[in-house]
Amino acid sequence: MKHSAFSNLGSFLLGGNHSVTSPASPQAHQINGIWWLMFWVCGAAFVLTMLSMAGAIWRRRKAIEVDHARDSRRAAFVALASGIVVVVLFVFLVASAVGMKKTEYIETRNALTIQIIGHQWWWEIIYNDPVPSQIVTTANEIHVPVGKPVLILTSSRDVIHSFWAPNLNGKRDLIPGYQTAFWIQADHPGVYRGQCAEFCGHQHAHMGFEVIADPAGKYEQWKAAQILPAKEPEDDVKRHGREVFLSHPCVMCHTIRGTDAGSRVGPDLTHLASRGTIAAGTLKNTTGNLAGWIMNSQSIKPGNHMPSMSLQPDDLQALLAYLGSLQ
Amino acid sequence: MKRLYFIVIGFVALLLASCEREQRRFQQGAPSTDTSQSHASMDEIYPGGARPPSNVANVYEENAYMVSEGKRLYEQYNCVGCHFHGGGGIGPPLMDADWIYGGEPQNIHDTIVEGRPNGMPSFRGKIPDQQVWEITAYVRSMSGLLRKDVAPGRSDDMSIKKPEESQKPEPPKK
Ligand code: HEC
Ligand code: HEC
Ligand SMILES: [Cu+2]
Repeated sequence: MKHSAFSNLGSFLLGGNHSVTSPASPQAHQINGIWWLMFWVCGAAFVLTMLSMAGAIWRRRKAIEVDHARDSRRAAFVALASGIVVVVLFVFLVASAVGMKKTEYIETRNALTIQIIGHQWWWEIIYNDPVPSQIVTTANEIHVPVGKPVLILTSSRDVIHSFWAPNLNGKRDLIPGYQTAFWIQADHPGVYRGQCAEFCGHQHAHMGFEVIADPAGKYEQWKAAQILPAKEPEDDVKRHGREVFLSHPCVMCHTIRGTDAGSRVGPDLTHLASRGTIAAGTLKNTTGNLAGWIMNSQSIKPGNHMPSMSLQPDDLQALLAYLGSLQ
Repeated sequence: MKRLYFIVIGFVALLLASCEREQRRFQQGAPSTDTSQSHASMDEIYPGGARPPSNVANVYEENAYMVSEGKRLYEQYNCVGCHFHGGGGIGPPLMDADWIYGGEPQNIHDTIVEGRPNGMPSFRGKIPDQQVWEITAYVRSMSGLLRKDVAPGRSDDMSIKKPEESQKPEPPKK
């Protein structure tokens, strides 16, 4: 799950699931178009400049030689080149103004609304609904139906973060106490990776997320499962695990709907086992990683707001069994 | 020459002092939730006389980061819901010189862990010990008992009172 700087750079240029150059939404197509326009035009300008410079060096004149006719031809050429530069810049200006207008436009007709709240260093995702019992809260994984506009409302609980899923849209700052809106729409199914793009403290680099675009049917299935409260433990071990959760500090920070745990300092864990990663894309969601995270989260994400815990081995095993059952 | 020597020593001492202020201890080792070492007791009668009062020094009181963590947790664990920002509400004020159960670090630690009979909940086992000490340091900063350069200088919400660093010191009366 960890991405190195090089693989990120590579996928940025060559495409991939965390890249501006493999657009998967109407907005990203605009941004991609502007990027390639600028790339080719600036590339051509660079090559032409270098060639002219090489030519000038090659055909250098002697210091005393003066040719007024040639000089005035040169002046005309410089004027022409300047004119071309102005035109090209103007084309860029128009292209980016038109492109930006298209990406800034907000599509609200039958849009799905998702609220995204930045926290140091994870993402709270809330699927709003007029009926309170239908509201879904999750973390770090945003499921969206393919082909449907999704209105995203952003804000932050602490400092400024920035939401950036390059395959879907440009960056959007999450500002404390202030709500902004934009929309995304995934054209085809897939998993698109995103990352906080505004330095926000110690674990900024480990503040990733995934946008999972599902076909409509699969999305509805996911949503229906998420609305349900946590599954009742079906055996004694898991029942003990729930007890451990509720009698330890976990209950001070996390919500598991259907139990007494209702705090919102950390991610909602009601359907933890349905998520692919934990700790904002830092680790795969496996039992081993979960155990490591609970016992020593501070070595995995130093400075994050979940303290390392100390649990008896039996309690830990029961807790893991319970958390693993929260599909 | 000797003067220069003193200036250098003084400068280094200043730098070293700020080391502790800025130290961020993430890897404290998993703090234990065991509080059997607690010194709290609910009355004043002891067989064979009271235990000598403990004078545990709270090292976090030298550390600006730990105190600011305490401040964050004071909000997040909803101490603020009962004590407000120090002025008191359901619970007594924490920014004055009056302490029912003592204002030394060990007293406050025990108050949080054990709870107190007239409505202060017990957070035993619910708040890891390291965080209890962070909150304790912050609670003491509210009545100006910490060094000015360690106490928090700003709030994350709209300020309703002066930041802790500008609080006039109110040494505990008891
Ligand atoms: C002081 C508050 C706090 C306490 C206590 C706490 N957590 Fe957390 N927990 C957090 C925060 C904050 C995060 C998000 C960390 C991050 O990704 O930066 C988190 C993340 C997690 C995650 C990963 C969730 C995800 O989807 O990424 C799991 C699982 C978890 N905690 C389980 C537990 C368990 C089990 C306990 C009790 C043994 C516990 N936590 C105690 C605050 C807390
Ligand atoms: C449900 C309300 C409530 C909450 C929540 C609460 N307290 Fe209290 N607190 C009280 C009450 C009431 C008292 C007075 C108890 C008494 O007089 O026996 C008190 C007493 C105290 C005292 C002792 C004051 C003295 O004069 O000796 C301290 C310190 C304290 N609380 C700190 C905290 C901290 C820190 C938290 C958060 C972790 C917290 N409280 C959460 C209600 C609350
Ligand atoms: Cu960030």
